[in-house]
Amino acid sequence: MTRPELLRVEGITKAYPGVVANSDVTFSIGEGEIHALLGENGAGKSTMVKMIYGLVRPDSGAMTLRGSAYTPGKPAEARRLGVAMVFQHFSLFEALNVAENVALGMENPPPMRELAARIRAVSEEYGLPLDPSRMVGDLSAGERQRVEIIRCLLQDPKLLIMDEPTSVLTPQEVEILFKTLRQLSSEGTAILYISHKLEEIKTLCDEATILRRGKVVATCTPRERTAREMAELMVGQALKTPERRLGAKGEVALAVSDLSVDSPIPFGTSLKGISFTVAKGEVLGIAGVAGNGQDELLLALSGELKSSPDKVRILSQPVGDCGPVERRRAGLVAAPEDRYGHAAAPDMSLVENAFLTAGVRKGLTKSGFVDWAGTRKFAEEIIAAYDVRTPGPDVAARALSGGNLQKFLMGRELMQGASVIVINQPTWGVDAAAAAQIRQSILDRAGEGAAVVVISQDLDELLEVADSFAVLNGGRLTKPRPTDGLTMDEIGLMMGGAHGMEVAHHVSA
Amino acid sequence: MFRLEKRPTPSKFWLYATPPVAVILTMIAGGILFAAMGKNPFEVIRTIFWDPIFGEFAFYLRGQLLVKAGPLILIAIGLALGFRAGIWNIGAEGQYIMGAIFGAAVGLAVFPTESRWIFPVMVVAGAFGGWLWAMIPAILKTRFNTNEILVSLMLVYVAETILAKASTGFLKNPEGMGFPGSRNFSSYPAAQNGFLYEPLGLHWGGVAALVTAVLAYILLTRHQAGFQIKLAGQAPRAARFHGVSPARLVVMCMGISGALAGLAGMFEVTGPAGQISIDFNTGYGFTAIIVAFLGRLNPLGIVLAGFLMALTYVGGEMASTNLGLPDAAIQVFQGMLLFFLLAVDVLTNYRFRLAVGAH
Repeated sequence: MTRPELLRVEGITKAYPGVVANSDVTFSIGEGEIHALLGENGAGKSTMVKMIYGLVRPDSGAMTLRGSAYTPGKPAEARRLGVAMVFQHFSLFEALNVAENVALGMENPPPMRELAARIRAVSEEYGLPLDPSRMVGDLSAGERQRVEIIRCLLQDPKLLIMDEPTSVLTPQEVEILFKTLRQLSSEGTAILYISHKLEEIKTLCDEATILRRGKVVATCTPRERTAREMAELMVGQALKTPERRLGAKGEVALAVSDLSVDSPIPFGTSLKGISFTVAKGEVLGIAGVAGNGQDELLLALSGELKSSPDKVRILSQPVGDCGPVERRRAGLVAAPEDRYGHAAAPDMSLVENAFLTAGVRKGLTKSGFVDWAGTRKFAEEIIAAYDVRTPGPDVAARALSGGNLQKFLMGRELMQGASVIVINQPTWGVDAAAAAQIRQSILDRAGEGAAVVVISQDLDELLEVADSFAVLNGGRLTKPRPTDGLTMDEIGLMMGGAHGMEVAHHVSA
Repeated sequence: MFRLEKRPTPSKFWLYATPPVAVILTMIAGGILFAAMGKNPFEVIRTIFWDPIFGEFAFYLRGQLLVKAGPLILIAIGLALGFRAGIWNIGAEGQYIMGAIFGAAVGLAVFPTESRWIFPVMVVAGAFGGWLWAMIPAILKTRFNTNEILVSLMLVYVAETILAKASTGFLKNPEGMGFPGSRNFSSYPAAQNGFLYEPLGLHWGGVAALVTAVLAYILLTRHQAGFQIKLAGQAPRAARFHGVSPARLVVMCMGISGALAGLAGMFEVTGPAGQISIDFNTGYGFTAIIVAFLGRLNPLGIVLAGFLMALTYVGGEMASTNLGLPDAAIQVFQGMLLFFLLAVDVLTNYRFRLAVGAH
């Protein structure tokens, strides 16, 4: 099927100091086409769409929209010409309701009542149930995304850009979103869909442009390719699937019973009656849509949030009221999701960051004084073992790319010989090859007898590494189940199905 | 158009170049100020920076440098530890006063007993007084989450009131013919902080300042507590993840800075000042804030900065007596130093870029 051309991007180049984000990128999108922009983290997808949305100006190259030159100077200009974008990170005010949030993004918002009616109309038309009077702070991530989508649809866009939209959705919610996107496409709205999830792209997209290191390496029709072929185009090398060494499950190493703690984060999710055990050699995967208590669970396990002593036991030693230092001593290491400022101090060197958590278990202090020579040696070991690309261990953590820093931080925790390992988002923002390596080391540690808890929003990742599987939903944890034999449908139901569908049922009834 | 761009790693060059560049810019801007006031800018700058070290009265003024630099360094090192951890003790002046009152009170209480234990006990009392005064904002912060900047600053004025009460009331010299002020320590050898080596202006306060600088340097570079202080200042969440208790850190940093300020006050009242008087404090506690930043919050840098600031004090006094420059002009000059320091400091973490095309 040939469509009239909507947007053409020709020879776009954009360089930042030290890195070329896009180099001579050319592709085109037809009217009503769902076009995938595929690539690893750092391949230049985000920079590309920011240029289309008028946030960044290209150094050279040209864009044409419906045959006329297109050079948006700012997003408002892009929106006026019919280009809308849904960001990966939402820009919503939690203390305002849906309609107010939508009004804030408009240049001339209509009266509230009229706007609420329009939001209702659009949400019904596209099967995206949303109540305009609800507080955004009370909405699930999926519902928040709907606010962003509806905000875009109210402008009647010709091109809708979606940046990694499914990373915050349950499988059922993904289905709903895809239905909406297909409907939009059939009505003539083109969609530029950014993702690195290949199965999604195969089911949804008409065409795909694959970027690697800022360059277009291939264009293809996703339906005619296997996911593996596309992955290898994206990564530029053959991929290795992590191997699981089956060790016998041992005694219980981490036991959490009826753990409830209030969230220290504004609009955070408090944990409610969480119970689970992880045995030596076992990997427990904890899934869930972002914001359902993942951060709080990590804090409660690392010792940054305390509870009563017997709520958390490491090797049957009660540690619920212990801080991070005592828990490390008891044998637990933890890796938080946020690399810049939580897991690592961005302005400190890698040596100092190695000391940050490894001081206790690696015996790097002598009567209060830091053994910097020993710490440097450990940092160098991590750099070598995890292939961290850095000029040396004295570089500030913030100078490393996200993926490289993540490798360093994973190495820091995994190389401490801990009996319990807790990781939130082990491969977030890491390229496929490095992600495979990190997953392999997680499995290796489990093979050596460590009890591992992996909290992740990437279901494929969890199914790959986890022996048992549970879901965090609204601060509660489902009963862990063996991963073998779980279907996507069952997982979706464990994740609470599709959030906020009541309105839709109401409408169709 | 220029725009600021964050450096991937902080510039080593600008880290060390910032203080001298700030001093030069201060001389230029100060020179313009002095010229606008009808003075010869070169003469004023020479009077402030050159004469105290090489001028006619240098034999006396050189000693004054350490006398003035000592308390500044001692206080600034304590403040720097807190500032590194993001704990803003602005009330060192009050802790300095309380240290002086506590130290002096112990000595005066046993007057005229002669014993070699009196002075050491006074030193401990002085440190305790400053520590106690710093514990008020520290505990209010950890218990009720009050702002330590406001509380410690307001306590300066409370301390000044107590100082006035002490010099006209409970510490007043009974043989002072009704004049305000305590007995003078120069006539009480057991409690006096006399010069150990007069040509350099060295007394126990100077010794304490230099020893403290070395100890603080070791603490910051080698000890776990120093690492935790830096970590808490740079990445508070990472510090909690490391296992630092924010409350304990506040108590520790406020306590150290309070005790050091108290020590400075105690050494001053028993030495150069000689007695408790209504106007005993001369703003060392506030000037030390400038010294701390001028020295890059680094103990060794603070030693250099302390001497530089002492130079502007000594030279400033000369300029005001010899050239008739008002005190306020000297204070503006000292303030400019901090202003330029913070302004130039941006270059450590950012660089200027000529913006081409975009934005």
